[in-house]
Amino acid sequence: MNTTTTAEPLAAGPETGERPNYLNAAYGLRSWLLTKDHKRIAILYLISVTAFFALGSLFALLIRLELLTPEGDMFQPDTYNRLFTMHGIVMVFFFLIPAIPAVLGNFLVPLMIGAKDLAFPKINLASWYVYNLGGLFTLWSIVHGGVDTGWTFYTPYSTHYSNTYVISAALGIFITGFSSIFTGLNFIVTIHRMRAPGMTWFRLPLFIWSHYATSLIIVLGTPVVAITLLMVAAERVLHLGLFDPALGGDPVLFQHLFWFYSHPAVYIMILPAMGVVSELVAAFARKPVFGYKVVAFASIAIAVLGFLVWGHHMFVAGESAYAATVFSVLSMLVAIPSAVKVFNWTSTLYQGSVSLQTPMLYALGFIGLFTLGGLTGVMVATLGIDVHVHDTYFIVAHFHYIMVGGTIMGYMGGLHYWWPKISGKLYPAFLSRLSALLVFCGFNLTFFPQFILGYLGMPRRYWAYPPEFQVLNVLSTAGASILGVGYVLPLFYFIWSMRYGKASGDNPWGAVGLEWDTPSPPPTENFLTTPVVTHGPYEYNVKEVHDRTSHPEARVG
Amino acid sequence: MASTTIDTHHLNPAGHHPRLQHQFDSLEQQKESSTLGMWMFLVTEIMFFGGLFLAYVVYRTKYPHVFAASSHHLDVTLGGINTAVLIGSSLTMALSIWAAQVNKRKLIVVFLIATMVLGAVFLGVKAKEYTDKFTHHLVPGAHFAPEDEHLQGPAREQAQIFFSLYFMMTGLHALHMIIGLGILAALIRPSWKGRFDLAYHTPLECTGLYWHFVDIVWIFLFPLLYLLGAHAR
Amino acid sequence: MNPQLPLFPQSASTMAPQVDALFITWSVISIFFTVLIAVLILYFMARYRRRSPDEVGQEEKPALMLEITWSVIPLVIALVMFAWGARVFFKLYRPPANAVEYYGVGKQWMWKFQHPDGHREINTLHIPTGQPIRLKLTAEDVIHSFYAPVFRLKQDAIPGRYTEVWFEATKPGTYHLFCAEYCGAEHSKMIGSIVVMEPRDYESWLAGGPAGKSVVASGAELFQQLACQTCHLPAPGRPARAPRLEGLFGRQVKLANGTVLTADDDYLRESILNPAAKVVAGWEPIMPTFQGQVSEEQVLQLISYVKSLSAEGGTEAGGGTAPQALQKSETKP
Repeated sequence: MNTTTTAEPLAAGPETGERPNYLNAAYGLRSWLLTKDHKRIAILYLISVTAFFALGSLFALLIRLELLTPEGDMFQPDTYNRLFTMHGIVMVFFFLIPAIPAVLGNFLVPLMIGAKDLAFPKINLASWYVYNLGGLFTLWSIVHGGVDTGWTFYTPYSTHYSNTYVISAALGIFITGFSSIFTGLNFIVTIHRMRAPGMTWFRLPLFIWSHYATSLIIVLGTPVVAITLLMVAAERVLHLGLFDPALGGDPVLFQHLFWFYSHPAVYIMILPAMGVVSELVAAFARKPVFGYKVVAFASIAIAVLGFLVWGHHMFVAGESAYAATVFSVLSMLVAIPSAVKVFNWTSTLYQGSVSLQTPMLYALGFIGLFTLGGLTGVMVATLGIDVHVHDTYFIVAHFHYIMVGGTIMGYMGGLHYWWPKISGKLYPAFLSRLSALLVFCGFNLTFFPQFILGYLGMPRRYWAYPPEFQVLNVLSTAGASILGVGYVLPLFYFIWSMRYGKASGDNPWGAVGLEWDTPSPPPTENFLTTPVVTHGPYEYNVKEVHDRTSHPEARVG
Repeated sequence: MASTTIDTHHLNPAGHHPRLQHQFDSLEQQKESSTLGMWMFLVTEIMFFGGLFLAYVVYRTKYPHVFAASSHHLDVTLGGINTAVLIGSSLTMALSIWAAQVNKRKLIVVFLIATMVLGAVFLGVKAKEYTDKFTHHLVPGAHFAPEDEHLQGPAREQAQIFFSLYFMMTGLHALHMIIGLGILAALIRPSWKGRFDLAYHTPLECTGLYWHFVDIVWIFLFPLLYLLGAHAR
Repeated sequence: MNPQLPLFPQSASTMAPQVDALFITWSVISIFFTVLIAVLILYFMARYRRRSPDEVGQEEKPALMLEITWSVIPLVIALVMFAWGARVFFKLYRPPANAVEYYGVGKQWMWKFQHPDGHREINTLHIPTGQPIRLKLTAEDVIHSFYAPVFRLKQDAIPGRYTEVWFEATKPGTYHLFCAEYCGAEHSKMIGSIVVMEPRDYESWLAGGPAGKSVVASGAELFQQLACQTCHLPAPGRPARAPRLEGLFGRQVKLANGTVLTADDDYLRESILNPAAKVVAGWEPIMPTFQGQVSEEQVLQLISYVKSLSAEGGTEAGGGTAPQALQKSETKP
């Protein structure tokens, strides 16, 4: 690594923008739409996933507005059913699954391992186009009235009874699945084959371990939901009997096939966020993550065990009690690596040098909310409890704690941490901390009451409900509005920062990692010369690293 | 982490192989990455077909007699010919790679074309089989009407499940074959032009992996679909 | 706005307190660990706050014992809770031997219930306290789910097969009944009430309404109407062309292909709707299918009738009254 880069005096202002980097390497729409640079592709994804997140949030807002009152007075029940279905489909398949891997993963994986790009840059670009093609099919569906089967497409309702655009929505998800597969495949090959000299497996950042584990799940699981959705489409068009008991089929077979992917899918959603949190905790405590090897293996364990527990979605669906028992005990097992990670992250703070800049606020928020969300997960994995809370708001609260309190907090934390790397700019510290606070408070107000609602018995996917549930629903909607503000603010200040933000300097956080050894924003080829790695990750105590962090960097947050 | 400024690889050093892509440091790394990528892709394909195989196993267990009776309507001879044809095409595919390894560019093309011809024969036989099914009203959907006395009443719906799986599994397989033919066609011109030799023939290898995989899927499909009812004839 | 703020549901069954005990225990454990992590984080945040811009943290050696400890302790807790939860689950799904059988059919978008004595209800289910009740469920179209929060239980009602749930109510009152599996437009309106009454009140309620035929009697009538006895009940001049049905339910049956199974509800249902699927050894496959000719409720009535046939032959008297104790049936796992 060329030491002259870090020794340059880094002043804010025009100098950073004038250095050749991946952003100013070429201008014009074609240079973006036909790029092979993983960093530009990450930005393309950032734009797409943000658009879908906005759409999914709009659906959420409408749902929560309807639920302000016990009667169904805003929408027809039919419309409401489409709203929650589209909220689920857009959020799960077009935001939660791709966001961290396709935005942060695409940007950072080559940088963190010292490579010039991913193994297959053209496939990377193709994956973005495929994602948007799938998105188009789904948008077409939405524009024509949407789907009303729930994101879970249970049969025979979805195959024989629903009058909505099931096939185009299913095809949209099918196509987008390939985008996911291409990304996963790219990461696996890149991590195996393109690490810089000296970068052994146990010198990889935990972000890379997480994305590797995620990619394994993507590659093994996504094709199963793909074929399942094709079978649903075929059944719908030709009136086959694969899943319809009236024609000799088995509706529970659909559930097995669907959940075989969709359970591991939740680990596709959380593992990358866990990878981000590992990086954030290390950077903002300025020490290695405690128990590095354990955390690395825990990611792999989660990926493996995650494939063995799908039946816990079907405890009351006609599964035999013996099968239910097996799935329940395995679900207990899969919780343990996650618990271990939480303990290791917390221990990392011990004797650390803790700074509460915005990314760290998100990381710490993640740890708290993921703990509660995960514990409610083992609660519902407990057979006797699930019988009561399955298909109620307790489950809704559980998975939102993980997906919003977990994944989205991780995503936001990552965006805030690596924004200077991506853009070379800083965002306003006060606003970013305010947003983090709004998100944390708004989130808890939205979803904690739902635990209570669920145990009281309020079923999910209900457009109207008994009046005694109203107070808790109103609290939830109030929380959602606060949460919404917390999400909108970053959209504004990130865009603002690209034009008006202060130059960040190459390493505003004083962090350690190969990605911080290049300029911010990086040159197109990432490294001017291939780095040679001689230390493990997070080596804050090595002297020359210590020297680097002594340079007065622009203070952030 | 990086402690030295060893300049191990310049970008685009003079004299590197013209086929070396910019993100790789060496042809070796590129080849290993490409083949690993293809293996990973084949893993996804196994899981993709796997869902259909699972559905097949479940319904075969549920309706063993109807599945056996339905299977009688498949032509074992044609299926057997197709099996031989496909195994042969895997041989010619492997030979095309061997030809590259011994730097015989014309022979590469010969074997690629042979593979394509055999693949086309396979698809032709499949087309004949599908046409036969159509004539006998065995295509699932509104016109499904088996004449077989064993397949009436509730058995008719169960037979429709068999034929749905038959068409989906063999159809998906045939689609993969068609894509494979397209890839083979795209390799002919570069092969003729001498693009591939001992030092570099990665696209041929990756295509070979794909083609062998498609062959193996058929090796599983044939006994499951065609042979299972044979003992009861 | 309705100012009620309930925070915990009522309990009205024998099993509800057991589920609550499980839930409260887990809630306490969860709150404990969440607060523990939160407190540790807050404490470390304050205690190890960065004091100068270039300060770094103090690296520690990995501590295997610590890792093992905080892996094993949560594992033990989770496994204990799993075992307890599994016990409660098995109790929730294994009806006691003296449970009385009711029937529930879900269809878009209503619940149809049938009492053993023939009373039919839609969206409401009147039951007495102190009597274990098994509710046999199926659906006519899509998957529904019978959910009674005060009993802390639910079970999906699946088209094409039977599922079962049992409960013993303890407290009179009117309670929510929900459909808990999304089933289309009026899913939120597929709700009703479970009305729990003291046994005496229940008896007067039963007597008050039109008695109707008991399920078994309806089944007997159908059996005649559909001419089942022509094959299944030999008579002078009428040789048996099909297996006898007396004592069939719960017995082992040997099929033509050699497999042996137990004649349960699903087997009886399949034999009516798809008789060719499982032919009994020694008999010709000549039974016609009755698919399309009988509704789900009628199938339930026929099955009920067959179950009532005692091993000595002859049917039980049908009509108007609660059934005699049904044959001890296999409790399915």
